[in-house]
Amino acid sequence: MIKKLYIHNYCCLKSNKVSFNGDLIFEENSEDIKSFLKSVYQFLDPKYSKFFKMDNLSKLAFLSAEIILKNITTKNENIGIILSNNASSLDTDRKHQDSINDKENYFPSPAVFVYTLPNIGIGEISIRHQLKSENGFFVFEKYNANFHHNYENILIQNNKSEAVLGGWVNIDEDSCEAFLYLISETGTIEHTEENLNQLYNN
Amino acid sequence: MREAYITNHNIISSLGFTSEANFDQLVKEKSGIKKYQGENIDSYYSSKVDQEKVNSEFQKIGDIELYTTLEKMMILSINSILSSSNYKITKRTGLILATTKGNIDTLSPSSKFYIAPKRSYLYELGNQISDFFHFKNETIVLSNACVSGILAVAVAQRFINDGVYDEVIIVSGDLVSEFILSGFASFQAISNEPCKPFSKNRTGITIGEAVASVLVTSKKKKNAIQVLGTGSCNDANHISGPSRTGEGLVMSIESALNEAKIDTNEIDYISAHGTATNYNDEMEAVAFGRLKMLETPINSLKGYYGHTLASSGLLETIIGIKSLENNTLISSLGFDELGVSENINVIKKTEKKELNIFLKTASGFGGCNTAVILRKIHD
Repeated sequence: MIKKLYIHNYCCLKSNKVSFNGDLIFEENSEDIKSFLKSVYQFLDPKYSKFFKMDNLSKLAFLSAEIILKNITTKNENIGIILSNNASSLDTDRKHQDSINDKENYFPSPAVFVYTLPNIGIGEISIRHQLKSENGFFVFEKYNANFHHNYENILIQNNKSEAVLGGWVNIDEDSCEAFLYLISETGTIEHTEENLNQLYNN
Repeated sequence: MREAYITNHNIISSLGFTSEANFDQLVKEKSGIKKYQGENIDSYYSSKVDQEKVNSEFQKIGDIELYTTLEKMMILSINSILSSSNYKITKRTGLILATTKGNIDTLSPSSKFYIAPKRSYLYELGNQISDFFHFKNETIVLSNACVSGILAVAVAQRFINDGVYDEVIIVSGDLVSEFILSGFASFQAISNEPCKPFSKNRTGITIGEAVASVLVTSKKKKNAIQVLGTGSCNDANHISGPSRTGEGLVMSIESALNEAKIDTNEIDYISAHGTATNYNDEMEAVAFGRLKMLETPINSLKGYYGHTLASSGLLETIIGIKSLENNTLISSLGFDELGVSENINVIKKTEKKELNIFLKTASGFGGCNTAVILRKIHD
C-alpha cells in the first residue's frame, strides 16, 4: 500500500537568520560564518563539545538536524538522511590544498582532511542521534526538489526508512545556507516536489 | 515492481580499458600496482591509468585540451558502454556520477584548469559529462566517500524499480592526486608495500585510480545480471574509523538480504571492501562472523588496483559480474596469513566454481556502509 507522506517540519538557516516551520527563531548579525554557527549553537545549547571540532559544513548540518529532530512529535526509530549541496566540501578542500601548496610550509592535517568529504556531516548527525540508517550525500547546482522528492519517497515506500531527514546544506566562501526537513507519515504539508520548492524558496 | 539489470559495463584502469581486459589480467593474478616517486612524500605504491593512452583514445571522439583528466576517462568509459549496447539516451535515461573528489586536482596551482575554478565543483563535472553525451536529465552526483560507486548501484536500482527512469548510466571515478595522497599520508594509513588485505602482515592501504561505468536497465536481456537487493546503513559510531562491531555493515547486508528474499547460504561469493587497514579488515571479518558467513569464499581486489575510492565499489561489482559469468573465483592478491579475528574464507587461488549470486560490500569515512546482492539470470 502506498503511504501518504508529509513534510513533518522544516527549518532554514541563511543570511544570519534561523527559522523553524516558517517562523523566525533566531537572528544575529555575525561577522562570519564560523561565528554565526557558534551563536546558533549557543542558542540551541545542545551541550555537545564535539561540535567545535567540526568544519563549517558539518556544523551547519549538525545544527539544522538538531532543530528538526528535537522538535519531532512522533518517535521514529529508522530515520534516513539524504542531503545535497552545490559546493560539496570545497570550503574545507581549499584549506587542505593550502596546507600542501607550499613545499617549504607543508602541513596536511588529518583533522582537516577527514572533513574533505561532504557526507561527514551525515556521520556527525548519525552519531549524535544514533541513526544507523540509510544515508547519502548528493551534489547539484541548485536544490533539486524533483530528486529529493523521488528518492525520499522511494526510501519510505520501500521500507528502507520510516522517515527521512532531507534537504540542502551548503557552505561556499561567504555563503552559508541550509534547508532541512523531516519527511514522515504525519504532518499537514503534503510531501510534493512543488511544496519542497515552495518552502525552499520562501 | 519492476526489476533492475546490469547489461553493459566498462573499466578503465592500470590493467586495461575494457572490463574483459581487466578480468583477463586478474585471472592471471597480475596486479596494476607499482612503485612511484612522490614530490612531497617518499616513494609510494599506486595503480594509475596510462594518460598517453587516455589521450590517444580520447582524440578519436573529442578535443583532449578541453577536458580534465578525469572527464576524459569518464567520457571514454560511458562512450564504450553506449557503443557496446547501441543504447540511445532519452528523457527516460538517468545519469549518476559517483566521485569523492572529482576534479580536485584543478585546485592545485600546477593544474592548467586552475584558472577555471568552477571546474573544481562536482556539479560542473556532472555538467561536462552530461553535455558531451546530451543527457536530458540533470546529472545526479553522488559523493558519499568510499561507498559512492556501490551506493550508486543501489540508487539506480531503486529509481528503476520505482519507475523514475527506464535506464540509468552510472559512471564512477577518482584520481590519484597529491590532495588524496597527502591526506591519507597524514593519517599514516598508506602502506609502504602493495596492500595486503586481511593479512596478518598488512600495513595499510594502497591508493589507486580507475573509472568504471555500467548500464542499469528495467529490460531483462540475455545473460543480464539482476540487482536483487541493496542496503546502506550508517555505523553512527565514528567519522573516520569503522564500528568495532561492524553494526552498520551487518545492517546493510541484512537489509539487502531481506529485499532479495534470500538466505546467507545462497550467496556463492563475497566481494569485500578489504582496504588492508587494521580496523577496516577486522570490522568486516567481525560483521561476516555475526552473519554466519565465514564459509563463503571472500576476496578483496585492492591487491590488484589499490583503493580506487569512489570507483572501488563499482569496479569490484563489475569484476564480480565477470566472475559470475566465467564461474571463476579470483584470488585475493596480497593475502598470506590470516590477520583478522574471525576465520573468514579468503580465496587463496583463482579457481573455477559454479557461481550464481554474489554480495558486494563497501564501507567508508562518515561511518557509511553499502551492500548489494547481484544474481546471474539463466536463460
